[in-house]
Amino acid sequence: MQRIGDAPLVRRLLITAAVLLSGLFLLLPLVAIFAQAFSQGVSVFWSNVSDYYTLHAIGLTLMIALLTIPVCLVFGVALAWLVTRFDFPGRRLLQTLIDIPFAVSPVVAGLIYLLLYGRNGWIGGWLDSYDIQLMFAWPGILMVTIFVTCPFVARELIPLMQAQGSREEEAAVTLGASGWTTFRRVTLPNIRWALLYGIILTNARAVGEFGAVSVVSGAIRGQTNTLPLHLEQLYQDYNAVGAFACAALLALIALLTLAAKAGLEWRAARREAFA
Amino acid sequence: MSQFALRRSGSTRVLPGFGLSMGISVLFISLVLLLPITGLFGQLAGLSLAEYWAIITEGRVVASYMVTIGAAAVAALVNAVFGLLLAWVLVRYEFPGKRLLDALMDLPFALPTAVAGITLATLYAGSGWMGSWLEAIGINVAYTWVGIALAMAFTSIPFVVRTVQPVLEDMPVEVDEAAMSLGATDGVAFRRVIMPHLWPALVTGTGLAFVRSLGEFGAIIFIAGNMPYETEITALMIFVKLQEYDYAGASAIASVVLFVSLALLLAINIWQGRFVRRLHGGNA
Repeated sequence: MQRIGDAPLVRRLLITAAVLLSGLFLLLPLVAIFAQAFSQGVSVFWSNVSDYYTLHAIGLTLMIALLTIPVCLVFGVALAWLVTRFDFPGRRLLQTLIDIPFAVSPVVAGLIYLLLYGRNGWIGGWLDSYDIQLMFAWPGILMVTIFVTCPFVARELIPLMQAQGSREEEAAVTLGASGWTTFRRVTLPNIRWALLYGIILTNARAVGEFGAVSVVSGAIRGQTNTLPLHLEQLYQDYNAVGAFACAALLALIALLTLAAKAGLEWRAARREAFA
Repeated sequence: MSQFALRRSGSTRVLPGFGLSMGISVLFISLVLLLPITGLFGQLAGLSLAEYWAIITEGRVVASYMVTIGAAAVAALVNAVFGLLLAWVLVRYEFPGKRLLDALMDLPFALPTAVAGITLATLYAGSGWMGSWLEAIGINVAYTWVGIALAMAFTSIPFVVRTVQPVLEDMPVEVDEAAMSLGATDGVAFRRVIMPHLWPALVTGTGLAFVRSLGEFGAIIFIAGNMPYETEITALMIFVKLQEYDYAGASAIASVVLFVSLALLLAINIWQGRFVRRLHGGNA
């Protein structure tokens, strides 16, 4: 009954190595963020966070995330429905295309938007003649954020909906349910947790995007500075404690994301155990 | 909607929403993903072939390719070993804190890259917690290519762990038992029994980590030092050209990065497709 690598010595050695390495490589940076943020006490941390420009950056970042999520949600659900419920030529191509944002460097993502919608671009130039400016303003930040986050919801839903199959929905439709009713009453309860996790991932990435946003934002303090950009400016200005105060806020969102994932996985495992 | 579906229920498409979901998906992919790429080609069209070639083969730019590819390769190889170890330990052993370790694996994905960037730079600078004792034994990490590789490894480790983990989980106990009952040692059994199952996933995960590292920006620029010819990554070169309002130069370099990453993505997808088909044997 012994399995490979089950000898006590091998086991202990491998576990120790894994824990030590992850501790140094992954956990230590996390600890360092909070240690730096609070290195001059809670009141300094607080005054850094409640600084006008920091508050403005937090507000802008939250607004971008709030606007990004519904767009990615509609797209993700539509795409997942399409590729898991229907068979058509080009299905695999669509699934490959949605991976583009994962492969494209964030800086390149920002650049292609800047080229098209910037004042010299063919769409941007045309909009400029109507005095509409997208780049170096919040709409540009929103556009590139949607670009980098759009695969998350779809990627969470597709494997799940593929595994679940379409039998329940087919039954509902055959019994006379409308498409919307079928989706709301049959599909949605089945996918809600994956959907929620997709949203959490979208949020985490939307809040933290740096490369793409730094190309199109212009990073004007109090205007187009998102929290990651603000953090960079503080860091470049040798205000490390201020930078890490912003970093701690973002790390907190990351930790909540991880906790949500662990919670959802735990839930799924428990349901499987009872089923 | 339902009448429409019922009318078509004789065909394979019983479910409604094909037109709507196709419409949304195609519109979104065209507008958000594909249309902006045309902007890049529009910009490139203004360059002659000789100008284009001159930009992408300029010394400082070529040096940035070398730094990026070299550091990404080192990071991917280190992650292949480290990721395999972590996946193995997480799947095969029970120990206190295992759930916590498992959750920690996703940290690099969840943590904003700029946060990772300033944190690693602070930790590994000469005065930092890690940097001070590494410097004492003669290793400089910050502002060298080692720091770049470190930042790349940090941001891309989940790719390897999360690709290998499910494959390892799906491996039946019998495989182990057969090998062990035939008297194979751990080393031999791992090499001859486990690895043949695992390496397609390991290659996929390592490949994804490599692609991610090639494009990484936020996590790297703080620790890299950004010395021309020495520690400048290609993503930074694009950024530098943009700050100089050299849109043509930025686009030319970006086209190289875009082409390489899309080609690698396609290769990984084909590789994965083949690997999945082989797993399902003759059925597919």
